[in-house]
Amino acid sequence: MHSDKKPILEVKSLSKNFGGLRALNDVDMHILPKEIVALIGPNGAGKTTFFNCVTGIYVPTEGEVWAGREGEKLKKLNGVAPHDITRFGLARTFQNIRLFSTMTVLENVMVGRHTRTNAGILQAIFRGSHFKKEEQETVDRAYELLKEVGLEKHWKEEACNLPYGAQRRLEIARALATDPFLLFLDEPAAGMNPQETVELKELVLRLREQFNLSILLIEHDMGMVMSLSDRIYVMEYGSRIAYGTPEEIRHNPQVIRAYLGESEDA
Amino acid sequence: MFTAKRLIRSFLIGVWFMILVFPIVGIKIIKRAPEFFYDRVFVIGIITFVLAMLWSWYFEVYKERGVSDGIFSKISQKCSALSEKVTHDKSTAMKLILVLFAAFMVLPLFTSMYQTTVYSLAFLYVMLALGLNIVVGIAGQLVLGYAAFYAVGAYTYGLFYQYFGLGFWVCLPIAGFITVIAGLLLAFPVLRLRGDYLAIVTLGFGEIVRLLLINWADFTGGNQGISNIPRPGFFGIELSPEGSTIYIYYLCLFAAIITIVIVARLINSRVGLALQALREDEIASEAMGIDLRKVKMAAFALGSCWAGFAGVLFAARNSYINPTSFTFMESAMILSMVVLGGMGSIVGVTLAALVLALMPEYLRAFSEYRMLIFGLLMVTMMIFRPQGIIPPAKRKYAPTALKNEENN
Repeated sequence: MHSDKKPILEVKSLSKNFGGLRALNDVDMHILPKEIVALIGPNGAGKTTFFNCVTGIYVPTEGEVWAGREGEKLKKLNGVAPHDITRFGLARTFQNIRLFSTMTVLENVMVGRHTRTNAGILQAIFRGSHFKKEEQETVDRAYELLKEVGLEKHWKEEACNLPYGAQRRLEIARALATDPFLLFLDEPAAGMNPQETVELKELVLRLREQFNLSILLIEHDMGMVMSLSDRIYVMEYGSRIAYGTPEEIRHNPQVIRAYLGESEDA
Repeated sequence: MFTAKRLIRSFLIGVWFMILVFPIVGIKIIKRAPEFFYDRVFVIGIITFVLAMLWSWYFEVYKERGVSDGIFSKISQKCSALSEKVTHDKSTAMKLILVLFAAFMVLPLFTSMYQTTVYSLAFLYVMLALGLNIVVGIAGQLVLGYAAFYAVGAYTYGLFYQYFGLGFWVCLPIAGFITVIAGLLLAFPVLRLRGDYLAIVTLGFGEIVRLLLINWADFTGGNQGISNIPRPGFFGIELSPEGSTIYIYYLCLFAAIITIVIVARLINSRVGLALQALREDEIASEAMGIDLRKVKMAAFALGSCWAGFAGVLFAARNSYINPTSFTFMESAMILSMVVLGGMGSIVGVTLAALVLALMPEYLRAFSEYRMLIFGLLMVTMMIFRPQGIIPPAKRKYAPTALKNEENN
């Protein structure tokens, strides 16, 4: 560890079996506060499985996941339900965009506030002052977040009518609405043109500063990964084959082999 | 219009229809021997041929000119304009609501007792449809056994009266409570199911409840049902038959209004947003911190309690209940109200419930063709206006930041 900071996420020898298939094999990882970490690897290497294990969609077969806000004690997250993990402070976006497509852009972000608000059924029926205040706060906060990702002009539109790049940014805004300390981005630049990718990179850097975020991203766009990440983890066939700074990864023979094939070895 | 391709196609459709309707229309058993009536079948074939010609001609013409010119599309546009007006223009909406309210308030003074009971039933359907609208339209959980909850409500009143002598006003909250329990009982095993599987399980649930009511004759009265259920008293005063009919009418009217208000408020709230998120994408809502189990339970509970209330009112209105009122047809009818009105739309579903509940009364002359008309209506709606008569209005929000900008 190159700094004296304590990690906010520690994954210890995480494994996941699907029947006889070992999709994840003994993966270790740690993330420090305000760090941007990339997880790369060929298709089918187990990157998304790793995401799903950490965010609670899958229960890992073996290994442990520990996480906690900066300065707080880490908590073991194995077997915790996804919505509780989100409440705890881990938020994510999806590889194949999963917006609430017929709801408006603003409403999408408002849903993200669900865990941070508490008005129940009775309050919804009687509409007391607490309800009204909370709702106005939710609306305002959602609108603010849309401004952060540059979508405030579209706040009334249906989410499915947004262009592709904007949908990806909306997913990020929605994830931010849950007040996370750790944000997982699953291929945020997929399907974006070079211009949009550059903008996305700037957005991610800005959000990290503004929200004091740590970010773990899966990405195939090597230009983006290399210039954005503090550290990189490389996976192949469910195992971690390398990790280090972008510079180290660039020259790692194992990584080159994994990406370009055996003959490149020489 | 008369291209060879279209002629052949329409001819084949006509022949197909003739084959299809032959066993029903063309054969009649007279004195144990089948007699054949080919002429009727031919008439049907010719009509189908003409309709098929018109149908495909319509589509061709309006594909060229742009679909928006077609008659059906025009009707659909009129619908949209109307729904715009009702859902976005507040003063028009208020006027409309006031007029409707006044009309319904004075209605029993001008109509016969029979008409009054018909309208009470229509209001019950409004309650039922809005209740199902929460589950199907908002939360996206396809439930095909909704009449079961209706039955639970009605039988709660009937049985509590029969065995304990409890009255209407005591039974109303009890029935609400018991149907919510029934809703949760159904929700629990289906938490992991969605789509077709959920539909099948809920369909089964509806049948189980109905068969239970029929077969547990010692307790429920079986096919005979329960009779002599009292009508609600008016502050302890016994009302004349006319009086109590009118009283029930007003009870149903106000119950429907309360349902509309409460369902509207629920939809436009944090809980409502969570329910909509559940409809759109379960995995994403989970990732947004929504507890799927809680929200699904809430959807079933909130949806079923209205059926419970409606059931009690129904038992009081009829003073007689038996299992034939709670068949799958009933569930299907309520579901069509939700679908025709526009999934998730309160105005649309209310309107559709009123129309579909009252239509049979005003189309009595065509009563034999009721299901035919209904089927045609469904098919045309699904082709030309799949979003329903009045699709749900987008809710308006006012971000403070935006207001401040406007003021500056």
